[in-house]
Amino acid sequence: MSDINKSDNGNFEPRIVAFFCNWCTYTAADLAGTARMTYAPNARVVRVMCSGRLDPQFILMALREGADGVLIGGCHPGDCHYQEGNYKTLRRFTLLKRLLLDMGIEDKRVRMEWIAASEGDRVQRVMNEMTEQLKKLGPLHLEPVSIDTIHKKVEESVAQAEGVKI
Amino acid sequence: MSKPKVGFYWCAACGGCEEAVVDLHEEILNVVAAVDILFWPVALDFKREDVEKLHERELAVSFINGAIRSSEQFEMVELLRKKSGLLIAFGSCSHLGGIPGLANLFNRESILANSYKEAFSVENPQGFYPQESIQVPEGKVTLPALWNTVKTLDQVIDVDYYLPGCPPPVELIKEALGAILAGKLPEKGAVLAPDKALCEVCPRKESKPEKPQLREFKRPHEIVIDTEKCLLAQGLLCLGSATRSGCGSACVNGNMPCTGCMGPTSRVLDYGAKALSAIASLVGSNDEKEIAAILSKIADPTGTFYRYSLPASLLHRAYKPEQGGK
Repeated sequence: MSDINKSDNGNFEPRIVAFFCNWCTYTAADLAGTARMTYAPNARVVRVMCSGRLDPQFILMALREGADGVLIGGCHPGDCHYQEGNYKTLRRFTLLKRLLLDMGIEDKRVRMEWIAASEGDRVQRVMNEMTEQLKKLGPLHLEPVSIDTIHKKVEESVAQAEGVKI
Repeated sequence: MSKPKVGFYWCAACGGCEEAVVDLHEEILNVVAAVDILFWPVALDFKREDVEKLHERELAVSFINGAIRSSEQFEMVELLRKKSGLLIAFGSCSHLGGIPGLANLFNRESILANSYKEAFSVENPQGFYPQESIQVPEGKVTLPALWNTVKTLDQVIDVDYYLPGCPPPVELIKEALGAILAGKLPEKGAVLAPDKALCEVCPRKESKPEKPQLREFKRPHEIVIDTEKCLLAQGLLCLGSATRSGCGSACVNGNMPCTGCMGPTSRVLDYGAKALSAIASLVGSNDEKEIAAILSKIADPTGTFYRYSLPASLLHRAYKPEQGGK
């Protein structure tokens, strides 16, 4: 089986999980696509309604499950569709960054960018930049926890969350 | 009918969990009347052979406290797993890794070097240093190995139930014992405690602002703490919003903020990330620099939010190359 973390010539290809806000960054990525801009294909984009939806657990889970980096894209300050979702992201991200450094996750592995719907070129630049930086850092190898335990816990919490009114 | 047989064991723990059992006070007489304690090294003179001699699953239930961080602890819990029908992780350390789990910020070599060489209080002129085996005239002597990474109990063996807390509250122990004796246990894997956050049952709930705006974080020794008002609203890092209830609000009643020993509710995967998220989003500023300045007052985010749960976290341990994590 081919290793999806390697390119055809055997070089390390980082895996990036990108969480993009529906209203700005995802639209910008769409724009980059329709404008035929080319950029590094290393990111798997997950569309969220707001960067404020981004639970820090998602970031840790992405790293745990094999991402070499996580990119968060939200609206510029003041532009949030929900008024202050991106400020919450900013606050959480500021604190999470310190925690990640303590845990030895390099600064460049988790990045937050404000990208407006018109900034397709910025999506291109950030994706390319981050891919290059991660290539230099190399793969993120986390010590295996019994991953079954984690999957079991995810299933349990999903089962228990069903029917819970938020 | 013979009485159900019970075992207690401790691993990487402080002994507080054993104390919690004794804290049952006279109720412990009822426990002793209802069960036969076949193994409890901290209180009664039993040896490993006594457990080895038991049939498989002869112990109706074993209560294991403490995290797992040595080869000896691992062997003992594996043995107890074989000999027990039910196995219960007792207390924060076996449930989530607990305080000893913070050792996962370091590695084995740096911990031993600090304890035997570098700490300013160390006086060790002969240079004693722990070895796993050594040759003496009488033969080879071996000692258990210290692991590089602290594990929770369920990361090394199958666990049936969890009793959370540092130590587990007496009320929960009583309820759990009652449920076991009556055979009325919930589904396997359950945490034997209420599944609501502490804030929901907090005696100070009324004074919690609708939308707290945290402008400054303070540590308990820095202020005179109001005995009635919401601790979070006073600027203290109270983790009740992310922590499971069932502790009887012991810390809050003692005028101290919740530090999260009961762990997360069932909907949360990573306690520290969730607690961090809850606290950070309440910071009362939209300015990048100001947010950083306010949050800089949290002296040690990792030690604060993962105080009891680093080994159970998604990252599990620190990955600093100089610490051998990679």
